[in-house]
Amino acid sequence: MKFFKYLLAGTLFGIIMAQSEAMSWYRIQEMFRFQSFHMYGIIGTAVVLGVVGVFLIKKFNLNDIQGNPIKFSSKEPQMVKSLLGGTLFGLGWALSGACPGPIVVNVGYGITSMFVVLFFAVLGTYTYGLLRDKLPH
Amino acid sequence: MIDFLISPWPWWFSGMLISAVMFTLIFFGKSFGFSSNLRTICAMTFGRKIKFFDFDWRENTWNLTFLVGAALGGFISYHFMHGGTAVIISPETLADLSTLGFAAPEGMQPSEVFSWESVLTLKGFLVLAIGGFLVGFGTRYAGGCTSGHAISGLSNLQLPSLVAVVGFFLGGLVMTHLLFPFIYPLA
Repeated sequence: MKFFKYLLAGTLFGIIMAQSEAMSWYRIQEMFRFQSFHMYGIIGTAVVLGVVGVFLIKKFNLNDIQGNPIKFSSKEPQMVKSLLGGTLFGLGWALSGACPGPIVVNVGYGITSMFVVLFFAVLGTYTYGLLRDKLPH
Repeated sequence: MIDFLISPWPWWFSGMLISAVMFTLIFFGKSFGFSSNLRTICAMTFGRKIKFFDFDWRENTWNLTFLVGAALGGFISYHFMHGGTAVIISPETLADLSTLGFAAPEGMQPSEVFSWESVLTLKGFLVLAIGGFLVGFGTRYAGGCTSGHAISGLSNLQLPSLVAVVGFFLGGLVMTHLLFPFIYPLA
């Protein structure tokens, strides 16, 4: 039962991805063609509210529900991997029309061929783990 | 109210709720980053011999539960809310896609890409397979995806996240504007 709250949060996330149509290949195409504000509005609103919220959490040293101080982990400051990895991700995002969350939401929505994308996404992550020491970071 | 909720949601409402999901996870003592699940799945299955996957995947059970919820959310939306209504895209995108052999949208996703009829052709299969592979490889290489970098990372003003998001767009623009004309029309 201690995981039930995560199931609820995930369900809300899935409904948002579907109802906002952020899971749609068409919306990703609009975004990469700069022909609609929709995706920029979604991500922009989330980031602006996120920046304000994170700032307030840090300023008032808020605790989580277990009473532990909330800590934000810093991303590893390796720009080469961020840029190279990000670019490969972007190529895949446009090609499949979905990033990891929406891939799974699509499966639930009934787009069964997204299982192919999901399988190869796991394979891609596996391949990264395999080649990690040989890649520039 | 019900009409509003079952119709496609506007960007501002969707963006507000995504940030609510992120802060909910933060107050649960976790963080919002979906692609970690791909690594966890590797650790659970065939990856134990590789150092990168040799960790106790059970510590990420919460995120796998979140993943199951995401699929459930998609199911609920299709059956009780959105219901597969045609995505209304901008006329410019419609025109661009039409030159690539795409018909006007009839649902959430183009059948030209996602129908099994298309996926079971060599080219159609490679589109989804290579797309998925690049997403899975790229996200772990970059250290996050749209949730971990673009939402969580930018909210915490992380420079690597900004660089990764620049990469997301670099890759997306190259694929859309330079490579799509060589890929589509599929047949």
